[in-house]
Amino acid sequence: MRGESFDNSLQIRQSLETQTMPNDEAWGSLSRQQARWIYRHLNLIRQFEDKLKWLVETGVPVGAVHYYTGQEAVAVGVCAALEAHDLIASNHRGHGHCLAKGVDASRMMAELYGKVTGTNRAKGGSMHITDVRVGMLGVNPIVGMGAAHAVGAALSAKVRNSDQVVATFFGEGAAGIGVLHEAMNLAAVWKLPVVFVCENNGYAQATPVEYAIPVKNIADRAAGYNMPGTVVDGQDVIDVLQAAKVAVKRARERQGPSFIECKTYRYYGHHQGDNPHRYRTVEEEETARSRDCIQRFRKQVIERSLLEPEELEALEAENSRVVDQAVSFADASPVPDLKELYTDVYVPSP
Amino acid sequence: MFTCHPHSETALAETSRALTFSQAINEAIRLEMRRDSSIIVLGEDVAGAAGRAHLGLIDAWGGPLRATRGLITEFGPTRVIDTPIAEMGFVGAAVGAAMTGLRPIVEVMFVDLIGCCYDQIINQAAKMHYMMGGQLELPLVIRTAYGTYGFEGRTYGGGAAAQHSQTLYAVLAHIPGLKVVVPSTAYNAKGLMIAAIRDNGPVVVMEHKFLGTSAKGPVPQESYVMPIGKAEVVRQGRDVTLCGIGRMTHVCLEAAGDLAQEDINAEVVDVLTLSPLDESTILESVKRTRRLVVVDEDTPTASMARDIAARVADKGFDWLDAPIKTLNAPNTPVPFAAVLEAHYVPRAHQVVAAVREMLG
Repeated sequence: MRGESFDNSLQIRQSLETQTMPNDEAWGSLSRQQARWIYRHLNLIRQFEDKLKWLVETGVPVGAVHYYTGQEAVAVGVCAALEAHDLIASNHRGHGHCLAKGVDASRMMAELYGKVTGTNRAKGGSMHITDVRVGMLGVNPIVGMGAAHAVGAALSAKVRNSDQVVATFFGEGAAGIGVLHEAMNLAAVWKLPVVFVCENNGYAQATPVEYAIPVKNIADRAAGYNMPGTVVDGQDVIDVLQAAKVAVKRARERQGPSFIECKTYRYYGHHQGDNPHRYRTVEEEETARSRDCIQRFRKQVIERSLLEPEELEALEAENSRVVDQAVSFADASPVPDLKELYTDVYVPSP
Repeated sequence: MFTCHPHSETALAETSRALTFSQAINEAIRLEMRRDSSIIVLGEDVAGAAGRAHLGLIDAWGGPLRATRGLITEFGPTRVIDTPIAEMGFVGAAVGAAMTGLRPIVEVMFVDLIGCCYDQIINQAAKMHYMMGGQLELPLVIRTAYGTYGFEGRTYGGGAAAQHSQTLYAVLAHIPGLKVVVPSTAYNAKGLMIAAIRDNGPVVVMEHKFLGTSAKGPVPQESYVMPIGKAEVVRQGRDVTLCGIGRMTHVCLEAAGDLAQEDINAEVVDVLTLSPLDESTILESVKRTRRLVVVDEDTPTASMARDIAARVADKGFDWLDAPIKTLNAPNTPVPFAAVLEAHYVPRAHQVVAAVREMLG
């Protein structure tokens, strides 16, 4: 049980099987190109959501949205370790996962706007964004369900004799639900190429993790399924990337699933209407924000002379254009025709 | 905004004030918890900020419709219990608690999530009393939010989509052993909630998301019970019976108002309880009007609308001057886009059109 407030100092870097490389080594193996990719995506997710938040606050009706802001290092660190043909299954807080896996920002924004050019042709919205073309099997707002789908996708890869790896993202709130444990057991007994990524952001809606979970590290539970469980600093993209690389390698080599717990923090409420100050303190938020994953990475790549400030600014400007273009595209796109209500069904209406 | 529709039976007491539907649910639970210490409330964030009272943080959430807000400050965390996200587990725990002397009120945030605890409801809660030969009672209330929020007039944007907007009460009413009530106003929400709590078997209380804050009307301060299994004639008429469930009762009333402009006098029956269904009130109305339209927000196949139609066809065929009409959501999941969702839920003009067609 944590102390009085959410302990986000996160110096812990435990591993039940200490296979991960220390961070210096990780930095050493990071190419300029990889660093650019990481920064581009960290910043894109942040800018996309900053814009989305502004749209929501100015009254644009985008349906129910759950902001990912603050957790970018998890989506980007994990997806940086994946190949393009690998798959991910996400949860309700999925914007970051989508963008990191390569879902087009314009089609995502159009989906949120309820426009027919959206990823799901306006049938799904934020809680169901899916783009199978880039291996994004779906945002899923029924807690824990994505983990089971990831197991199925990995089983499919095994049967199809594909080398695909499947990563699934879920919150610490999912750690108490049966389907996650059933999925972990299946993945372990069938030795499937799954990477279970737990984003422990401290809160399931308004329920603090220390109330709902009796262990300090959820990754400890991986031992019960005989899979490696690693705790990483989810506000450090390199830390996430390193653990993800090890897990993906293990999966790719068909040695079985792994579990990575990323200690992170969501900057805003559970969804756009939620005031988080009813269940957490401003001080706690400030502590988490002082460790912002994007600012940290930005500072580090400059200090290590991996990327120049001008390069980073150019990436930021490009992302800004991408996001503005996404809004224009969404705005200009048509709403679906009423007949779309009756399409994509297996059982037609009489 | 919806106001309380007229009540044929219960005169509103002088102590009435305007409450929303969800505030009325809250008051019902609060009054019963004061009366009976065996009542507990449990579910995901029924209070919120669990375990953080020492930081001055308490009661952060209060359920999706805020219907349980404030209960923890009066009754404490022993009786108002936040649960981890674990529907199968905590609904099952509520069943076990009901088997052993408590009267749990368990909240399944959205009816869509009954998929995550369906066994506890349909195989466990619903069957215990019968299959154990009446050895034990199962005084359990399952509260759940359903339906779309509704985005009338919106030309784009979206709602909560396929997994957070369903109605699904038919799959509960289908199960022998479960009572299912669908209140439509703040007044009957309080009365039916209290009846559900005092019932010795499992009762599902369906709370429409849109009505939660939009249905506001006078509610007496004191406790009162509205009988489970009793429908209500909320508007009298002679030409056609419009039978509504939950929010659809308001759609029927709106349609009846529109039909009155055309000198068509529609009677509106608020079904209120799906199981056990009050056949006699519906049949008596049909006997007077000779025509029936049933309006149901749930999907059509094996729906309550068609169940009601079948029962009336079975027992009241001779009184009918026209085939019964049923209006449901289409046989599809709930779409996200506001423009599609607006066409998903039955609307008053469709009811009016059905009646016109019926009257030829």
